[in-house]
Amino acid sequence: MKETALIPHLFRTEYRKICSVLCFLFGIEHIQTAEDIVSDTFLTAAETWSVKGIPENPVAWLYTVAKNKTKNFLKHNAVFEQKLSQQIRLDSQLHQDEVDLDLSDKNINDSQLAMMFTICDPAISKQAQISLALNLLCGFGVQEIADGFLTGKDTVYKRLKRAKEKLKERGIKIQQPKRSEINERLETVLTALYLLFSEGYYSVSNDATLRKDVCAEAMRLNYLLIENKITDVPAVNALFSLICFHASRFGARTGESGEAILYQDQDETLWDRTLIEQGIYYLNRASKGEKLTKYHLEAAIAYWHTHKQDSMEKWENILQLYNNLLILEYSPIVAMNRTFALAKAVGKQEAIKAAEKLGLNDNHLYFSLLGNLYMDVDDQKALQHFHTAIDLATTWADKKMIEKSIKKIMGQLG
Amino acid sequence: MNEFLLIFRRAFKSPEDQPSPEMLQDSIKQWQDWFGGIAAQDRLVRPLQRWDIDGVIVGAEGNVINGPYAEIKESIGGLILIRAKDYAEAAEIAKGCPILALGGNVEIRMAV
Repeated sequence: MKETALIPHLFRTEYRKICSVLCFLFGIEHIQTAEDIVSDTFLTAAETWSVKGIPENPVAWLYTVAKNKTKNFLKHNAVFEQKLSQQIRLDSQLHQDEVDLDLSDKNINDSQLAMMFTICDPAISKQAQISLALNLLCGFGVQEIADGFLTGKDTVYKRLKRAKEKLKERGIKIQQPKRSEINERLETVLTALYLLFSEGYYSVSNDATLRKDVCAEAMRLNYLLIENKITDVPAVNALFSLICFHASRFGARTGESGEAILYQDQDETLWDRTLIEQGIYYLNRASKGEKLTKYHLEAAIAYWHTHKQDSMEKWENILQLYNNLLILEYSPIVAMNRTFALAKAVGKQEAIKAAEKLGLNDNHLYFSLLGNLYMDVDDQKALQHFHTAIDLATTWADKKMIEKSIKKIMGQLG
Repeated sequence: MNEFLLIFRRAFKSPEDQPSPEMLQDSIKQWQDWFGGIAAQDRLVRPLQRWDIDGVIVGAEGNVINGPYAEIKESIGGLILIRAKDYAEAAEIAKGCPILALGGNVEIRMAV
């Protein structure tokens, strides 16, 4: 790897590790200090490597420098030293005069897990939780987060700053989750991971690589929870299964020019079989215990979608799963998906009746759904709905997809 | 939007009057689809609650009878809370209730 590509690469993989370990060591009130030390480490790397060349083991080099910078920092900050180092020494049972930074795989994973539970504090908005996770746990820069959210750098910067202040204010300890806290905190953590994945999967951003990276990060963090005995609960496995099934279609869901390809038009040979198998494995692993979560239902729906072939059994199962999902928690998207499944399971007439009761009149997807249902039933009405949909759609990819349907009908009408 | 209580009642003359497991299996899908349709309109006020089919009844003399069938012709099969504009709209939703096909009825009460 060339030097120009190496540093961004290492920044992505190593920044978050060193940062988590430092936060874990220092405590939540010193996130800024932790970040400064890591940034400084990378700055030193860039300067030194451009003069002396890339060291044999760049990661080990970064770790050594980070360790030394931490020691120096503690030495030169008497107040910090007095208040904190003593505590650190007590906690880590290290020698009196040495604070060592433990950058072993185990401690990195432990730190990341602890940080995950800290970031997902209910006092912090969902959007800020995701931004924090992307920033601190996944090593994404402010610019990348802004690109992902299609928002300005300043907005993200302010959002992160406010969230970090709030964490500091709340004085939450960064520690491994205890068994007793799992139930109350895990739900927030899972929601954040779910949103993190969705952010990458459904993002309106055109940067495909960035989106894929976000999804991969959500998967990695989800897997950390599976690896830890305490957090390895059914819901965690269900979410992982769901993510695997969705991710398996990554390569098939966008066309050459970046336009979205609908499920029924996808080339299933592009679906990743390994990820599908993995999804099935973790869905089985999730199928124990009493509690049926929305992740179980959504994973089961995604499982049925890995069968490309339409069948009564497939759509009847999907319909019942959507029914249960809606009963558990309403969402417009799920309501529309349920109506689509109803059309497949019992026919378009019944589904049109149900669809017209949904009344989601400001949603372009709703009119696309109506357009699809009316197709071949009443093509004029279908066209009307697609035209409303295109007026309401805001992104290029959405408009492009609706245009396809309009062209299809026009072609049939001659 | 107002909240409405929908109470499903059916005449159970005796425990033998219970639907067979096969009939239950058939009606599960109808109920699921009906509930799903209400939930899809965001009209379900709270998640469904399952109720024990037997229950006990306390009589006027303080006597406790097992099961609701002994003295009363009709018993509650279940109840849900929905959102609707008015009684007419609530009744429209209730018309899809599978209990009607089993000879039962739906009582509707608006929360005031």
